[in-house]
Amino acid sequence: MAEQKKGGYGVVNETILPDMEPPASTIGAVGWLRENLFSSVGNTILTVIGVLLLAWTVPPILNWTLFDAVWSGGSDACRANPDAACWTFAGSWWEFFIYGFYDKSEVWRIDLTLWALYVGVAFVVVDDNLRAKRPYSTILGFVIAVASMIFVSAMIQHNAPTMWIMFGGLITVGLCVWAWNLPNGRSRVGLTLLFAYPVFVYFMLGGGVLGLKPVPTSDWGGFSLTLVIAITGIVASLPIGILLALGRRSEMPALRLVSTLFIEFWRGVPLITVLFMANFMLPLFAPAGANIDQLLRALIGVALFASAYMAEVVRGGLQAIPKGQYEGAQSLGLSYWKMMGLIVMPQALKIVIPGIVNTFIGLFKDTTLVLIIGLLDFLSSVQTATTNPEWSIRSVPYTGYVFVAFVFWLHCYGMAWYSRALENKLHTGHKRN
Amino acid sequence: MADVKSGPPKQGGFSLSDKNTRGIVYQVLTVGMVVYFIWWIIDNTATNMDVRNIRFGFEFLTTEAGFGIIQSLIPYNEASSYGRVFIVGLLNTLAVAIIGCVLATLLGFIVGVGRLSKNWLIRQISTVYVETLRNIPLLLQIFFWYHAVLKPLPGPRDIHAKGDQLWFSLTNNGLMIPKPVPETAFYIVFTLFVLGIIGTVVIKKWAYKRQMATGERFPVLWTSLGLIIALPVIVFFLVGMPMTLQPGEMGTFRPNNGFGLNIIPEFIALLLALVAYTAAFIAEIVRAGIQAVSHGQTEASYSLGLRPGPTLRLIIIPQALRVIVPPLTSQYLNLTKNSSLATAIAYPDLVATFAGTVLNQTGKAVEIILMTMLVYLTISLLTSMFMNWYNARVKLVER
Repeated sequence: MAEQKKGGYGVVNETILPDMEPPASTIGAVGWLRENLFSSVGNTILTVIGVLLLAWTVPPILNWTLFDAVWSGGSDACRANPDAACWTFAGSWWEFFIYGFYDKSEVWRIDLTLWALYVGVAFVVVDDNLRAKRPYSTILGFVIAVASMIFVSAMIQHNAPTMWIMFGGLITVGLCVWAWNLPNGRSRVGLTLLFAYPVFVYFMLGGGVLGLKPVPTSDWGGFSLTLVIAITGIVASLPIGILLALGRRSEMPALRLVSTLFIEFWRGVPLITVLFMANFMLPLFAPAGANIDQLLRALIGVALFASAYMAEVVRGGLQAIPKGQYEGAQSLGLSYWKMMGLIVMPQALKIVIPGIVNTFIGLFKDTTLVLIIGLLDFLSSVQTATTNPEWSIRSVPYTGYVFVAFVFWLHCYGMAWYSRALENKLHTGHKRN
Repeated sequence: MADVKSGPPKQGGFSLSDKNTRGIVYQVLTVGMVVYFIWWIIDNTATNMDVRNIRFGFEFLTTEAGFGIIQSLIPYNEASSYGRVFIVGLLNTLAVAIIGCVLATLLGFIVGVGRLSKNWLIRQISTVYVETLRNIPLLLQIFFWYHAVLKPLPGPRDIHAKGDQLWFSLTNNGLMIPKPVPETAFYIVFTLFVLGIIGTVVIKKWAYKRQMATGERFPVLWTSLGLIIALPVIVFFLVGMPMTLQPGEMGTFRPNNGFGLNIIPEFIALLLALVAYTAAFIAEIVRAGIQAVSHGQTEASYSLGLRPGPTLRLIIIPQALRVIVPPLTSQYLNLTKNSSLATAIAYPDLVATFAGTVLNQTGKAVEIILMTMLVYLTISLLTSMFMNWYNARVKLVER
């Protein structure tokens, strides 16, 4: 051995050779293709099937929705080209789609509530992103500024009283900034706003106070009605659902029984029968002489239905909290409500954020069912517009449905996306991977 | 030691600071309020019904209905009673729900496995499918299939002449396919088929016992295929094909009644929408279930010398199913409840016929809605009983 080291350099390099490049077929685009699309015979067959599927579906869809679509002109332009989307249909009817039969001179009130909602939501999202120090928060801030300008100009266009413009704008922005700058208790402020918003909407849309002209609920319609139903359901279902979940987990058998029966009843029946019940039976349930208007009946039905689902989601969170947390709180001498409010609920709700948002998304999609009991929601308003004789063109129903689908998709996907982001943000500790 | 009292101090009498007393007070209050509320509602309803001159009762179920139903699995005509309408509607609901569950499971498993595929393209297509379909309201999807896809199809008169035989014809009148008409001898084939299934179960049990005892394996799969499929098929041809396919026949305006099997467009639209929508949710459940089985299980199985097939069948699927089945059942339940959206396109399900037409004709709102809700509640209850049984069966047996 020693001899070889001395003189036998013939077979050993004195320096370390540089690493060889990986084979060309395993890196770059080629490598990626081989790895992800053509790694085996079966995989290649799947890729071919996938490409064929895309080639069969995507070009017609793109042509129909974008390239061949009618973007300007009136119904005549669409009649001339009935084989592509008729976006001018959405363009000419958008006011009806948003406001329904709401008094034309008063629609600025809907604008105000809608913008308050979207600006508020945007503030929350931007706030989260600022805290996470993500660059696109600046872009979102810019978007909000532009949106606010559009909002003000739109209200001026609709001849809204100046006092109301100032009032609405100030309140929205003021509340958001206030909530934003509070380092502690921001969630409490957020919750207050969440519960204050429906009241605001009720008075703004319904009118009858502060010199606002009353608008009967039978005139409400379109996307604003969809939002009214969804937000009422969301806001009502959270507290009722939490109470029901606590009731179902209670140590008192009577409370447990009542909560369980309530939850299982509403979860066991389809929403449509709940709406039928609200529509046909609520007038019988109420004391003689009381007149419950149709929107309120639907709202009660939706709220009861959503609460039962919310209760089950919250119960899942409560069950996931280890017993030691309850015992720890009790050993500190906290009362039941303090234990729940300060120790258990914050942890439980954090765990079930995805479930809560899923319930919201489900509720938002389910609001379309109110058209069956005759309310003019977003889907219903679009359907009504498609039956207009001037627009009886082959492409119009398709366009209407695609338009509604896109709006719903945008909202639902947005909620799901935000819930994922929130979940990551609140994931303090015990995160796997 | 003896003078130290153990246990909590005795409390005499009534005190709200005692937890047990407080519990009893709360419960009495709750029950009292609930009972009062229910009584109040019943009292109001009774008063209101008196005022409107409506009487509570189920006599209307025997009254003649007087309206037709476009799809019925049992004999029904306009002279049938409202009670029969209830049965027809219930059967139609169950028909669309059962077929929907089967198809949604198939599609959902394909898409769910697709989301975990090694193939990038398949993964992306599956993701787009899931994220699109589950974020669009079901009612909108039903409308889309019905009003935008099926209704604009040409009518039967446009593409068929009078007297045409319709083997497979999709028009705005529905899908016309041939109707299988069995002859008497067909029941031999059918009996053999049933016997084949029973035989397979017996053989499987016997083969398992033998393998446990001796280690010898028995080709159960091939034997059962032979028993269930091959044998009946051979006998079918031996006894001279005792089943004919009877196609539809075009009449003057529409296909003649009694020829072929016409699947109404309402059924097709509802089924397509329910399957596509529910499959998106099932796909996510399947994906989560498979991902829940840790990779170590696969590795351990390989290191024991099991091939990929048995690994999947014996190791991964049983563990994944434990995660998949509970949410899957609740999706089946959702599908069944969602089938009530049929009323929007007038598919004659329970809600559309019974809670719709019958309610409008009789005005018996309380009775009809109670009955409809009870049906769905019963289905839910049966499903959750099955779930509890299944959970108890597959539960991890821990120390």
